[in-house]
Amino acid sequence: MSGNMNLTLKVWRQKNEKTRGKFVTYQANDISPDMSFLEMLDVVNEDLVRKGEDPIYFDHDCREGICGMCSLHINGRAHGPKQGTTTCQLHMRSFHDGQTIVIEPWRAAAFPVIKDLAVDRTSFDRIQHAGGYVNVNTGGVPDANSIPIPKVVADEAFESATCIGCGACVAACKNASAMLFVSAKISQYTLLPQGQTERYSRAQAMVAQMDAEGFGSCTNTGACEAECPVGIKLTNIARMNREYLTAKFFKQEEAH
Amino acid sequence: MSRSKHVLSSSLGKKVIMSLTGLFLCTFLVIHLIGNLQLFYNDQGKAFNDYAYFMTHFTPIKVISYLLYTFIVIHAVWALVVTIHNKKARPKGYAVFRGSANSAWSSRNMGILGTVLLVFIVTHMSNFWWKYHNDEVPYVEYRTDLNTNETKVTELVAGEFTDYVKYVDDEVEVIKAKDLYKQVAFAFKEWYLVAFYVISMVALSFHLVHGFKSAFQSLGLDHKKYIPFIRFLGIWIFAIAIPIGFAALPVYFYFFN
Repeated sequence: MSGNMNLTLKVWRQKNEKTRGKFVTYQANDISPDMSFLEMLDVVNEDLVRKGEDPIYFDHDCREGICGMCSLHINGRAHGPKQGTTTCQLHMRSFHDGQTIVIEPWRAAAFPVIKDLAVDRTSFDRIQHAGGYVNVNTGGVPDANSIPIPKVVADEAFESATCIGCGACVAACKNASAMLFVSAKISQYTLLPQGQTERYSRAQAMVAQMDAEGFGSCTNTGACEAECPVGIKLTNIARMNREYLTAKFFKQEEAH
Repeated sequence: MSRSKHVLSSSLGKKVIMSLTGLFLCTFLVIHLIGNLQLFYNDQGKAFNDYAYFMTHFTPIKVISYLLYTFIVIHAVWALVVTIHNKKARPKGYAVFRGSANSAWSSRNMGILGTVLLVFIVTHMSNFWWKYHNDEVPYVEYRTDLNTNETKVTELVAGEFTDYVKYVDDEVEVIKAKDLYKQVAFAFKEWYLVAFYVISMVALSFHLVHGFKSAFQSLGLDHKKYIPFIRFLGIWIFAIAIPIGFAALPVYFYFFN
């Protein structure tokens, strides 16, 4: 078919967390520009399986930009060259015929490589477990709109809640800092009335867990915001700093 | 105490220290620049030498100056601590990393810019601070006739100078002081020193264009009402006006004095 591309891929291959990895070069031939990046990798993998070789491991699930499962550092950028997209939403028309594409896993001490391009992001889960929830008493269903919330606040909380937890913020940050993720999770509860009870213990507990996982400090480069596929804003990080410092210096609540 | 200790060693707390010490150093720059403006007076350093004596002998200012030296050290040491911590967070780097696609150069190179500034501070203090405090500068006497306002300037040799004095005797104001002004004029005859100072001020500019606004972000101060003002201050005052003001002085002395 005309318009199809031939590409050279340099893919990070690593057997498991313990072994040293290396780049392996593959040819991806006759790739349609309408394929997604993951579909392109599927084509390469089918070829590898046919040849009896070990296919390239990479994370993926919904393939429509919602689940946050796909990752990949493509030509030096998290989720590839486009802004506001996950890797599954990245199409091959963003590349040109004959191009060399370097594909690496997210690099962070807190995201150890499982195999090839798949990394273990359960550190994010543990941060969530530390405080990214609200306790609600069971009982009768409350009336809708029984707790008034200003529209601007509801909108802001919603924007923070759109974080899909993919880890692009960590991958793009030169310090492998998870602050955009953690701050979005803290913000979505802090802004809403339902999140007030655990507000200050949450900020302390989630930050403590983030530090325990070995993520870096924020140096306000803004790389996370620029690479975030769903557009989480830096202002969340300022809010997290505010919540944390307020909790530590002015509040009684401890991290539980 | 253990609570606050834990705060300051956390990833967020480390940045609070960077931010508070940094902002203190920013306010110092403003004071320093205002003092420097007196070097542009065409009075053979009378106002400046008088000011230099005041700044080094007035107790509250002496206390603040020692606080300042401490903050410079804390800012530099903590930067190193944060950098080491951040390097540990990514032990294996990327083969390809396009930082320029998502962030400003200055924001990614604060450590390099800070190192240039540290070298500059050491050079700058050994050029002037050290020489002033260890009597390696010339001495000068100003005799001003208070009726005509005419000043006679004489250089003193070491034997003629014991300590700073300022008195009025028979309608004549006499000031005997260390001549830091002459030391400045002497130092900035050297082109390489002038060049080094100007380059350092370029580094200062890039350091502050990121650092000033970043300090507010680290403290959690972010609101659409005042952030535009802080950004304006960070760019136009701290990253442009102040470095130009500092760089203008050695250039002025090299070409016009």
